[in-house]
Amino acid sequence: MEQTIRLLLASLPDGILLGFVYGLAAMGLTLIWGVMNVINLSHGPIIALGMFSTFFVYTRLGINPYVGIIPIAVVGLLLGILIYAVAVHRVINAPHLSSLLATFSVNMIIIGIGTAALTTSPYNVDFSAGSIQIGSVTLLGTRLIAALVTIIFTSGLYFFLYRTRPGKYIRAVANNRSAAELMGVPSTRILALSFGLGTMLAAVSGGLIATFFPFSILAGGGYEIKSFVIGVLGGLGNPIGALFGGLILGILEGVIPAFMETSWVPVIEFALFVLILLVRPSGLFGAKK
Amino acid sequence: MKRSLVRIFTVLMLLGLVITACAPQAATEEAMEQPAATEAAQPAATDEAMPAPVEKTVVIGFTSSLTGSQEVSSKRQVNGLNLWMQQVNDAGGIQLSDGTVVKFEAVTYDDESNKERVQELYTRIITEDNADFLISPYSSGLTAAATIVAEQNGKIMLTAGAAEDDAYKTGNTSLFQLYTPGSLYLISTVDMLKTLDPSAKVAIVHENDKFSTAVIDGLKPYLDQQGFEVVLEEGYASDTTDFGPVINKLVESGATVLLGGGHYPDGSTFARQLYERKVGLNFISLLVAPADSKFPELGDAALGIATSSQWELAATHTEAEAAALGKEWYGPTGTDFAAAYEAMTGDKPTYHVAGGYMTGLVLQKAIENADSVDPDAVRAALEAMDIFTFYGGVQFDTTPEAHGLQISHKMVVAQWQKNDAGELQRVVIWPADVATADPLYPIPAP
Amino acid sequence: MKLWNKYSGLIVPVIVVLALAIWPIITGKPANRETAFTILKAIALATSLNILLGYTGYVSFGHIVFYGFGGYVGLFLLTEKNWSLGAAILAGGVASGILAYLLGSAILRLRGAYFALATIGVNEAMRSFITNFELFGASTGITLNFSVYKAYGGAAQALQTSFYIGAGLALLALIISYLVRTSKFGLGLLAIRENEDAAEVMGVVAPRAKTWAYVLSAIVPGMIGVLFFFKNGNVEPHDAFPLNASIELLVMVMLGGQGTVLGPILGAFAYQGMRGYLVTSPIFKNIQLSVSGVLLLLIVLFIPAGVVGWLRHRIPSLRKVLA
Repeated sequence: MEQTIRLLLASLPDGILLGFVYGLAAMGLTLIWGVMNVINLSHGPIIALGMFSTFFVYTRLGINPYVGIIPIAVVGLLLGILIYAVAVHRVINAPHLSSLLATFSVNMIIIGIGTAALTTSPYNVDFSAGSIQIGSVTLLGTRLIAALVTIIFTSGLYFFLYRTRPGKYIRAVANNRSAAELMGVPSTRILALSFGLGTMLAAVSGGLIATFFPFSILAGGGYEIKSFVIGVLGGLGNPIGALFGGLILGILEGVIPAFMETSWVPVIEFALFVLILLVRPSGLFGAKK
Repeated sequence: MKRSLVRIFTVLMLLGLVITACAPQAATEEAMEQPAATEAAQPAATDEAMPAPVEKTVVIGFTSSLTGSQEVSSKRQVNGLNLWMQQVNDAGGIQLSDGTVVKFEAVTYDDESNKERVQELYTRIITEDNADFLISPYSSGLTAAATIVAEQNGKIMLTAGAAEDDAYKTGNTSLFQLYTPGSLYLISTVDMLKTLDPSAKVAIVHENDKFSTAVIDGLKPYLDQQGFEVVLEEGYASDTTDFGPVINKLVESGATVLLGGGHYPDGSTFARQLYERKVGLNFISLLVAPADSKFPELGDAALGIATSSQWELAATHTEAEAAALGKEWYGPTGTDFAAAYEAMTGDKPTYHVAGGYMTGLVLQKAIENADSVDPDAVRAALEAMDIFTFYGGVQFDTTPEAHGLQISHKMVVAQWQKNDAGELQRVVIWPADVATADPLYPIPAP
Repeated sequence: MKLWNKYSGLIVPVIVVLALAIWPIITGKPANRETAFTILKAIALATSLNILLGYTGYVSFGHIVFYGFGGYVGLFLLTEKNWSLGAAILAGGVASGILAYLLGSAILRLRGAYFALATIGVNEAMRSFITNFELFGASTGITLNFSVYKAYGGAAQALQTSFYIGAGLALLALIISYLVRTSKFGLGLLAIRENEDAAEVMGVVAPRAKTWAYVLSAIVPGMIGVLFFFKNGNVEPHDAFPLNASIELLVMVMLGGQGTVLGPILGAFAYQGMRGYLVTSPIFKNIQLSVSGVLLLLIVLFIPAGVVGWLRHRIPSLRKVLA
């Protein structure tokens, strides 16, 4: 019993810090869903592109990865707008399947080019920001900074959505697109901007994850599925909820191994995911329908 | 109007695709009929003109993973095989006593690291491309699917990157394994620990997949037998990236030695996090990942990490060893092999390269011993084979229960250490008679 | 003539499947047999998915779970309980059908994207569960002993037999699909697809109809799973539940035209043929995935109804044949 508690104390802080970054990735997915009802299946490869951006910025150009986050964010935004214009805009009003398949083909294109250019073998960013030792608990510097960056981006997003004109437009379009259009909101531009923002968040989270773990062009897939789980936990379409969803997932991943073998973690995670979809499809923090 | 044009265009493209999809079939058929025709003509020629040397081209078929998760190791294995083929053909092939000169040619396709098409491709290799002998794909899973096709066509298959034992225990008669089987991977490591620190507390943390589980299943009884205390046994999912919780369990268990790992991506991630968290173990051995030349990209996290290796250039086997064991020596020396490989690719050979090269070398030896390319004669020669090469011993189990399982080859233990210049290099630390350095034990604290 | 009118929609699909089954026999080449098997398997799976996706309008992202689960059950019975192949295939189908019934009663309440996400969750939960499930060999999976093939005349004959069974299963899938499509039950499903609430008002018992559509779409994949892994000789969790294969099935159905009997068949044929060609083509080998992606995008953007839907729209006189 005492051993279990010690294990929990050691694993919890880690899980929470990791949860922030999971949350950031999921925020991108859930923002796009909330505004335009599109599940973005190119989410994973974009996270992977973010990882490779950090690799090139740090390992090749020698720029500090946290400074590198800024160009990654800008490029992510533009890439998202491009994807929207090319692949999504035409099917935005078609049934679900069309936008799923359109974003899935973007996924195939990115992975195909990535495989040809970067191969599928793993890359590693050899970057360390030290660590802090509190009792028996080790906190890694890279994860602390990543959590901080996440908090900055989340507050930035919150400020943008609630305090600026384009942000208010985004919320208006999410609420009721045709009404917003009647009120003179340029909905196409707003949709493109939202898709760009979602992509940006995914790319940034990838850039941060690259400082903790090795990765390959296929590595985004795992975080994409985690983003689905988090999106549902926090309520699909609720970006701030996604941050809490991320924290819950991070905590679960830290806590479950204290009670059973680590290989059972995904079983519990996905079973919980299906259960929440059935019981509270609007998420743990969403209003009951 | 414009819209409908675009639509028509798209449909046309689609139709074109369907047609092209059928086309390559016809194209390859034509291309493949030619070697078949020349081969058919050759035996007739042998009967008529005895004195003139007759050239016979033997086709070796295999799939490899040009894309997908097994890409890195699979390409190395193929490079090794190609080196052998180039060497034997340049040397004028194999001379048989009836005057026939045997030369070799490869037929290969990309299996995408995916089981879905493996059987389809091997069937094509055997029946359309008329392969005489087969080499395994890389990885135990792909090989298991390919063996059935080999068996149904009665084709001999030499395997390299397919260590897991089960595939050889299915009642087949055509497989011949060159790697030490998975269940024996960590045996030499345990032997070494026994001399270094018999009171070590062992934690087993491994990837929860086919190969790693086979290794661990072989390891556990041996640890027991040698009297080691196992304080933790834990499997993790193949796509695990955060080892934090596992490492916390490891620390909590009081283990001093870690044995486990899985493949390259998880192994390198695990090693890095062990270093970042300053776990302070005395010894760490991980499967596969530390054997790759990419591993030192981890920097200081690689220091002290050990692995089981099928072959290391630093501890290559010699003719003197063969003589001491009373076995027949065959093939080039390890340095000659490494030099030739470096000349061809500009890269140092890993054990995957050596494995690929050995599949060819063993086939060459079997054809020489059989003095024929007849499959049954070659099979008999393989079953009777007991040789020693730069790669080590080669001998196959011939019992019906585990036909083709490798029983002679031994693995070495390699470890990443720093040389005087402070550069990381992989040295051999066990067995003692081939070791090039002392084990770094315990690993110094970071 | 009456017969022609009644079954005109079945003619082209049956011809396609029979042609695929006979092609290797005529050419006498085992390599063609293997290619045909890959396509027939895709046809059977895509046609089954179409019952749920095309007729009922529910997008399943994890349909491969039935293939994997059925396959595991069948292989377990083959190796551990010494069942015959035929019995194991039937058992695999039944097991998948029961799984679909239980799942369907729960997750079919969800609509649109929520249902799609739930099916992903189910597939991943099942895969990670089987990876830890000792009875099914956990992460090592189940390996067949070659002696199993002896009962079917050795490995060579067993692969031949598997091929014929595969062709039979593809035929079975399309007959089920056709019968559903032309039945009153199928009309109810179409009504659900167009407007579920209105359908309920009109007297379609939506939950029951949906669940049965789900069950019907799960049985053949379960049987195909047993057959494929029997032929393959072993099964491992990541081979049995590949999420990507689920999405490829969606692509096939979409390509050919959802909601039609012929569509998934053409889609499966075109997609597998295209991938098979690109993988071995020297020009596209390295970026084959991107080329497939671009083609898929063009189709989604410009002919969303798929080939069959587009043809039906353009040439009304073909509608009878292109059911």
